[in-house]
Amino acid sequence: MTNAPAVPTTHAAQPDRRSWYKRNEIAITPWLFLLPGILFFAAYVVIPIFQSFQVSFYRWDGLGDLTEQGQFIGLGNYQELATDRNFEISLVNNIKWLLLYLLAIPLGLFIALFLNQTVTGIRLYKSLFFFPFVISQVVVGLVFSWFYLPSEGLLNAVIGLVGLGPVNILGDPDMATYGIIAAGLWPQTAYCMILYLTGLNAVDPEQIEAARLDGAKKWKMLWYIIIPQLKPATFIAFVVTIIGALRSFDLISIMTNGGPFGSTRVLSFYMYEKALAEFGFRMGYGAAIAVVLFVIMLFFIAYFLYSMWRDERGAR
Amino acid sequence: MRSILTALAASTIMSGAAFADGHALSGDLRIISDMSNPAPRAVMEGLAAQFGEMHPDLNIELEIVDRDGWKSQIRNALSSNPPDIVNWYAANRMTPYVNAGLFEDVSDVWEEIEGLDSVKGALTIDDKQWGVPYTYYNWGIYYREDIFNELGLEEPETFEQEIANCQAILDSGRKCYAIGTKFLWTAGGWFDYINMRTNGFDFHMELARGEVEWTDERVREAFANWRKLIDMGAFIDDHQNYSWQEALPFVVNGDATAYLIGNFAVAPMREAGLTDEQIDFYQFPTIADVPQGEDAPIDTFHIASGAQNKEAAREFLKFVTSAEVQTDINGGDKLGQLPVNAASSVDDDEFLNQGFEMLTTNATGGIAQFFDRDFPAEMAAAGMEGLQEFMVFPDNLEDILARLEQTRQRVYAE
Repeated sequence: MTNAPAVPTTHAAQPDRRSWYKRNEIAITPWLFLLPGILFFAAYVVIPIFQSFQVSFYRWDGLGDLTEQGQFIGLGNYQELATDRNFEISLVNNIKWLLLYLLAIPLGLFIALFLNQTVTGIRLYKSLFFFPFVISQVVVGLVFSWFYLPSEGLLNAVIGLVGLGPVNILGDPDMATYGIIAAGLWPQTAYCMILYLTGLNAVDPEQIEAARLDGAKKWKMLWYIIIPQLKPATFIAFVVTIIGALRSFDLISIMTNGGPFGSTRVLSFYMYEKALAEFGFRMGYGAAIAVVLFVIMLFFIAYFLYSMWRDERGAR
Repeated sequence: MRSILTALAASTIMSGAAFADGHALSGDLRIISDMSNPAPRAVMEGLAAQFGEMHPDLNIELEIVDRDGWKSQIRNALSSNPPDIVNWYAANRMTPYVNAGLFEDVSDVWEEIEGLDSVKGALTIDDKQWGVPYTYYNWGIYYREDIFNELGLEEPETFEQEIANCQAILDSGRKCYAIGTKFLWTAGGWFDYINMRTNGFDFHMELARGEVEWTDERVREAFANWRKLIDMGAFIDDHQNYSWQEALPFVVNGDATAYLIGNFAVAPMREAGLTDEQIDFYQFPTIADVPQGEDAPIDTFHIASGAQNKEAAREFLKFVTSAEVQTDINGGDKLGQLPVNAASSVDDDEFLNQGFEMLTTNATGGIAQFFDRDFPAEMAAAGMEGLQEFMVFPDNLEDILARLEQTRQRVYAE
């Protein structure tokens, strides 16, 4: 365009009359629509990830400029992580969360199957079962910490009836994490249940009819006919449960504040403590923990992306 | 209450007029305060209103944030769009912000104010002052006087008497001490006292500065003394589940007779219905023959180095530390704590009087700022976690000390 001859040859200029945008509309427009999303995603997600990588190589207290106030120590933070027992505890707790949180999927399926019937007031029952997912995690945490209270808690009142001694679940370093996971399972099960309830609506009645004619019953019916048809719901339930397990920060913060003596920390909480909390002045160390957490997440993200890509290719 | 406040405000304006030295202050003065509990909040609002009336051209923007939340927000507040004045704490808690150049050097203000010499050290880093104090409070053992009378117990002066008292209390079916260690720092108070009494104030400070190993025999001795109480069952059960406020009902209901805590606990105890006949206070008893050190944390005001209106901010610092304002805001109906200015008077309150007398006459060892303010942040965090673990599982001591020693070697090497 800028190199256009001084005297344009009218017949050759014919296709050029449209503006540059008009000519490239098909190619450009999708990018224009994507642009805000890409910008924000880059600014708030992608770039910070790489910044975390950078910060994790420094010793820096978060005050002042990283490259001026911080001190480059290479892999020093990671070497320290390898010998840090609190990090090990947090990592193991993260694994406990990931494994035990998956219980929400079969539990949710079971409740969904149970509620998937037409009796009077079923809508009410469904909403009641869904209720824990609607209330805030902070409320769930508070309710459960009262439930677990060593002297006045309901739990001890109940197990006292059958003659079992009082337990202090949240005060015992061996049990506290399981206590918090149990609290987390309550809303998560409700979430999985609602996913399966919608999934059950889409189950093909003809297939069930056909299976019934072939003599499939009970477990066989469930395993070979229902569950395969619920695969999309299972996939989503798996995704949200894994994500839920990895962001288990608020329940821990409310119920035990990472204690007793750090036994209920997970990586995200440990990172917060080291980098951002009251006594946290180790941005580099916190960033190194975040990087480890990111690698764990990356493993799942890669799997999710791969599954979706495979499904999309199969659909074409 | 409101009318008393305004009346007092009006009376202080008269005396406060002396501070408006000729030139009028103008512009905006932004204050972020962490005085979020009801009584301190009223005090802070009163201070801002008073200062605003003294300087009519000055537009004061006061923002009061949650006290615990502020501990993690201050960093961002000081780095981006800093206010003129912030609240914080004295001693080592200032260090990161001083080192990063986020607090303004206010040594010039200190030259103009009088009566603060006794607290100057806690605000000094590298021979410069980085803020001013506005209040401090003593720690000590607050106990149920009525239960002590019922059991025929006297205020103990030695650790042996303390243990004997405790045994009598335990025999009566109560616990000796309420404590809530969920947020860890309360355990730091116990360690401060046990260590200061066992090994002396100077040793405690050496430990805080990282000059002594945590595995040192003297540290072990302090823990051994502490363990005597733990093994007796002196502390309430399941204290790791409670915050310090949640542990208060044990004292209020008489399930525990004493609480090692700061003077700030008196107000909620009174609110919960205990009368001054029912509660009393004694100094932590002696263990070894060493001069007694005391915890008396100082709360402070600082100017951000990025402040816009430093002139007004400096005037405000002089204003809050003046003898009249100090007398006023630390009164029993306001903060109920101790004034920092030597020329101001302590309100006639049973606990303030006792605390003030203890600090002025019987704290010859020295005044500490508290575990989490004397020890560097990271050492304090790891330390308090270890202390909590020790209180629940005293058998883990070796492991805890080894861990703390490892942390010490890293923290102070940096």
